[in-house]
Amino acid sequence: MRPFALTGGRTRPSRADFTLITTVTAVDPPPERAPRPQPEQARILRRCVRPLAVAELAALLDLPVSVVVIMLCDLLEAGLITARPPHPVSTRTTDLDLLQKVRDGLGRL
Amino acid sequence: MAGSETPAAPDTVKILIAGGFGVGKTTMVGSVSEIMPLRTEESLTVAGLGVDDLAGIEQKRATTVALDFGRITINDHLVLYLFGTPGQQRFWFMWNDLAVGALGAVVLFDVRRPDSSFAAVDFFERRGIPFVVGVNGFDGKHPYPAEDIRDALALPADVPVVLCDARDRESSKDVLIALLDLLIASAARS
Ligand SMILES: Nc1nc2c(ncn2[C@@H]2O[C@H](COP(=O)(O)OP(=O)(O)O)[C@@H](O)[C@H]2O)c(=O)[nH]1
Repeated sequence: MRPFALTGGRTRPSRADFTLITTVTAVDPPPERAPRPQPEQARILRRCVRPLAVAELAALLDLPVSVVVIMLCDLLEAGLITARPPHPVSTRTTDLDLLQKVRDGLGRL
Repeated sequence: MAGSETPAAPDTVKILIAGGFGVGKTTMVGSVSEIMPLRTEESLTVAGLGVDDLAGIEQKRATTVALDFGRITINDHLVLYLFGTPGQQRFWFMWNDLAVGALGAVVLFDVRRPDSSFAAVDFFERRGIPFVVGVNGFDGKHPYPAEDIRDALALPADVPVVLCDARDRESSKDVLIALLDLLIASAARS
């Protein structure tokens, strides 16, 4: 298990790895050599037992996004969370299958 | 296979709900979101580095920009987030960040204050981000047909204009579906 695989192989995660809709999930069970989480880190880990977007996490913790992201960097580096980047979107490449799924989902609401 | 009980993280996408202050952005987010609209704060001192119209704001360390957002679970593997963009002109530097990776945008328009959404239209046009215009008829009243609003905003023919009521779930859903139809049509052409 390579804990940093999700950050493109870099060993030091950066703020750029976390967008508002990057989903974070606590690693369960935590890696054996992981440092003991600080109280505020433990609060984050409890919240993301199930996958949660960075924006949701910040709102639930009532903390600015920038503060949460700094803590997430440390947690990612410690191997205590995994981070999944959002679906890549650009104006050039548009994913018809994805768009159709979103449309169908909205139609079912 | 450690942690097999943890559900896999879903793929995520976002759509912006834009327009001037008070046009009904948060109302629309709330009417379609499966959660109460959540509010998160970004501190200006971090988010606004290098932005000229923030000159003088450095002192006000506590100043934050509130972002309201909602969530729609499309299926087990895909979640859509809706972000209301901060309406006040002085927070518009944040729009650049928010726009990165967005599928597209809804620009809400309030017929009582036609000026309030010009700048939002301009923002998305300049960046080539696909958008639809939702005309939020306050109290569900629509005194002007969609074509008049297209003219007033000088919109190209391919930008859909949808009359809506931001408080109504079905109506807000229709605006989002109009955006998806636009995105699907242009993806199918390319
Ligand atoms: N009567 C009426 N009030 C509305 C409607 N849409 C929004 N509002 C109200 O207008 C105010 C501004 O709406 P809000 O969604 O907060 O605007 P935002 O600044 O664009 O997010 C709020 O008090 C809403 O409750 C509408 O269609 N009819």
